Amino acid sequence: MSMTRFVTPDGLPAFLAFLSQQGNRVLVPVEKPAAKRSIVFEPWREGMPFTLEKATVPAKEAVLPQSETLVRYKKSRDPENPSRISMQLDDKPEAEATVVFATRPCDARGYAILDRPYLKGPFADPYYKARREALTVISLTCNSGCNTCFCHWVGGGPTSPEGSDILMTEIEGGYVLQGITPKGEELLAASTLEDGADRFSKVEEVRKAAWASLVPAPNIKEAPEKLAAMFTDVEFWQDQTDRCLSCGACTYFCPTCYCFNITDEGEGLSEKGGRRLRSWDNCMSSLFTREASGHNPRTIKAFRMRNRVSHKYSTYPENWGSFSCSGCGRCISNCPVCLDIRAIVLAALEAKQPKAE
Amino acid sequence: MPVLEGKELRIVGFLCNWCSYGGADTAGVARATQPTDLRIIRVPCSGRIDPLFIVKALLNGADGVLVSGCHPRDCHYAAGNFYARRRLEVLKQFLPVLGIDDRRFEYTWVSASEGQRWQQVVTVFTDRIHKLGPAPSLEDPEPLLKIADMALTSLRPLGTGQASALGELKDAIKAKLPELDMVLGWGEGYDAAHTVPIFMKKPEDVDKLVWGPFNVNNLAVYLPSFKGKKVGIVVKGCDSRSVVELLQEKLIRREDVTIFAMPCEGTLDMARVNQGLGRYTKIDKVEYDEAGVTITADGKPTRFCMTDYAQGKCYGCTTPSAVLADTRLGVPAKVEAGPYTPPELALLDSMSLEERMAFWRGQMDRCLRCYACRNACPMCVCRDFCVSDSRDPHWMTQDDSVKEKLFFQTIHAMHLAGRCTGCGECQRACPVGIPILALRQQIGRAVGQLFDGYKSGINAEAVPPLLGYEVEEKNIHERDWK
Repeated sequence: MSMTRFVTPDGLPAFLAFLSQQGNRVLVPVEKPAAKRSIVFEPWREGMPFTLEKATVPAKEAVLPQSETLVRYKKSRDPENPSRISMQLDDKPEAEATVVFATRPCDARGYAILDRPYLKGPFADPYYKARREALTVISLTCNSGCNTCFCHWVGGGPTSPEGSDILMTEIEGGYVLQGITPKGEELLAASTLEDGADRFSKVEEVRKAAWASLVPAPNIKEAPEKLAAMFTDVEFWQDQTDRCLSCGACTYFCPTCYCFNITDEGEGLSEKGGRRLRSWDNCMSSLFTREASGHNPRTIKAFRMRNRVSHKYSTYPENWGSFSCSGCGRCISNCPVCLDIRAIVLAALEAKQPKAE
Repeated sequence: MPVLEGKELRIVGFLCNWCSYGGADTAGVARATQPTDLRIIRVPCSGRIDPLFIVKALLNGADGVLVSGCHPRDCHYAAGNFYARRRLEVLKQFLPVLGIDDRRFEYTWVSASEGQRWQQVVTVFTDRIHKLGPAPSLEDPEPLLKIADMALTSLRPLGTGQASALGELKDAIKAKLPELDMVLGWGEGYDAAHTVPIFMKKPEDVDKLVWGPFNVNNLAVYLPSFKGKKVGIVVKGCDSRSVVELLQEKLIRREDVTIFAMPCEGTLDMARVNQGLGRYTKIDKVEYDEAGVTITADGKPTRFCMTDYAQGKCYGCTTPSAVLADTRLGVPAKVEAGPYTPPELALLDSMSLEERMAFWRGQMDRCLRCYACRNACPMCVCRDFCVSDSRDPHWMTQDDSVKEKLFFQTIHAMHLAGRCTGCGECQRACPVGIPILALRQQIGRAVGQLFDGYKSGINAEAVPPLLGYEVEEKNIHERDWK
């Protein structure tokens, strides 16, 4: 059996301090003061209050920051020959050793889903790679489902270990941490936490109960073919997206959305130089597909949502063999009009005969 | 003249080409001594100055911004400075809500021949900025971690509206439906505690219509996209003001829109309701009474009384009944008269300038720039051509800094000056709960004070104040430069 450790709730700050002393930036869920509860990941500091609840915003930042500098550049003019401009570049990936603490299994699976296009394709993205290698994921298994989440529809589950280095389970009196990867095992071995092996039977009970609490999942195996077949059924997509506002909340809060935009934020020939930024982009925005010519192949929100759903449930699975969705449900719970991606997938599956073009 | 106190600060001056730029030139030619802190940007007209130029300068480290144009009635383009005066005055009254001292921004008029006046203006303003010292940077303050609870007192009784005439409303819609392409209303979403916009096209769709405090969405947001179609819309009082504002701005046509109105008794703040419910797997049922709802989740009932769980905007609502309608149902609610500051704005009012800056630093930090606030706003009509996405000109960087996010919110608020009807959809749509409605409320208050109590979205014939001017403004006074 893999290595297990036990920690009481009171012992958590000391454990976080240990992680921090190992040279890690430790990201913990923190509840922000506002009229509306929102929980975001923030670097832990001694004495900082934190929560173990599911975060409003997943810790995608840890591997794919909302905005990151790819290249710093500085242009300079040769004083002897003013038409000659030379450029200095600094494009070294920066990665800080990071532990994401108490994320959920769905979000941990998010990292595994991002890994495929960023690392397993013909080219590995050096910036992503550096961050991913510097990352340790400690996820807290869910003891029950929630109204908007559906991890078990898409191949995950409340106790899924995929993407996690350490899996943490709440039992009576504390938390049992179970090493999943060698990285996680090493970290646990280095810690001073007490052994948790004798409590593992309790963990298994809790995990079983978590699965039992879920509403049974429909079979969506045929979604890739069905969605592909629905591609030209404009009416279907319009019906499904009539209330969509075409904002980007669903994509920006998604742990598996990985599209980005690149902009040069230049200062011309000034001393400051410039930066090439990579920042999140989203397929709900018109600019996402607007071509240099001015032509836009996705003119309406129905086509944009078609892209989003088809990417997650049809084209990504075709390329990588799994859904590009971890079922965290944030696209549903954060949507200003409660648009439900589950309903769209089910509607596509139920559609009898896709209309011919 | 030597630089004041030997320390130069950064002051940005936007000067109109035809008067003030010439005035500054005159001062220079006359060898009039001037402080050297000002960096002049020449613009064709003070009317060309979008308030966002000024905010961008202030958020990016300018210690002061001075705008100078032609004297009123002297504009090279006839009326540019009249429009500018209104805009700039609203901006001046807006800046403090961000935590920026409004004395750091000033506007005035200098003609091309007034070299001496220019010398005086620039000296007085520079002196003022030196007295204020370097501007605090938004990135500097420690975020405000504790926020006082908002006091929720209501101008009218709040309730669930269950005595309202939903059946009659459905009949009225069914009767009218054959003449319309569709009617916008609310239906049940993924569970009974989440209501969503529905588009009723067939009589059986009308049966899905629901009425109650879960009807949070402002459906007016969809109207401009149906331009040219015959569309019906069910409105609460606040939604009706958005419809009126869209009519005022000719974004929709009166003859195309059929308005069904029900008096509103308040909508629930779903963020706080969810907080009250905690983590749950399934909503079993929702039961209504006159004063509140009981939501049973995973077998556990929780009661939410409207008096405690309505959206902040509902407490001070003065238009629970539609301001414009074709079909009215139900009994209109009574509203107490009286001055009222919405809870979000009252919260900011109670803070010092420094605290406000620290507040926004802490709040905007978690903004993801998802633009749900923008897209849920019925008055945000640029949509696909928003200044925030524009790369040419490149107004906003793709950086995820607090500064950039607050800059966007400022643009959003300023573009809504005299147009925002306070429906609060921006704040409701924000997935991370940033109280951005307060910014719009401050704009609304400034517009009311400057333009004789003007309220947007009340009169479809009125012209929004920032789209017009008076040669002699009643409430905007020239400032003394002595």
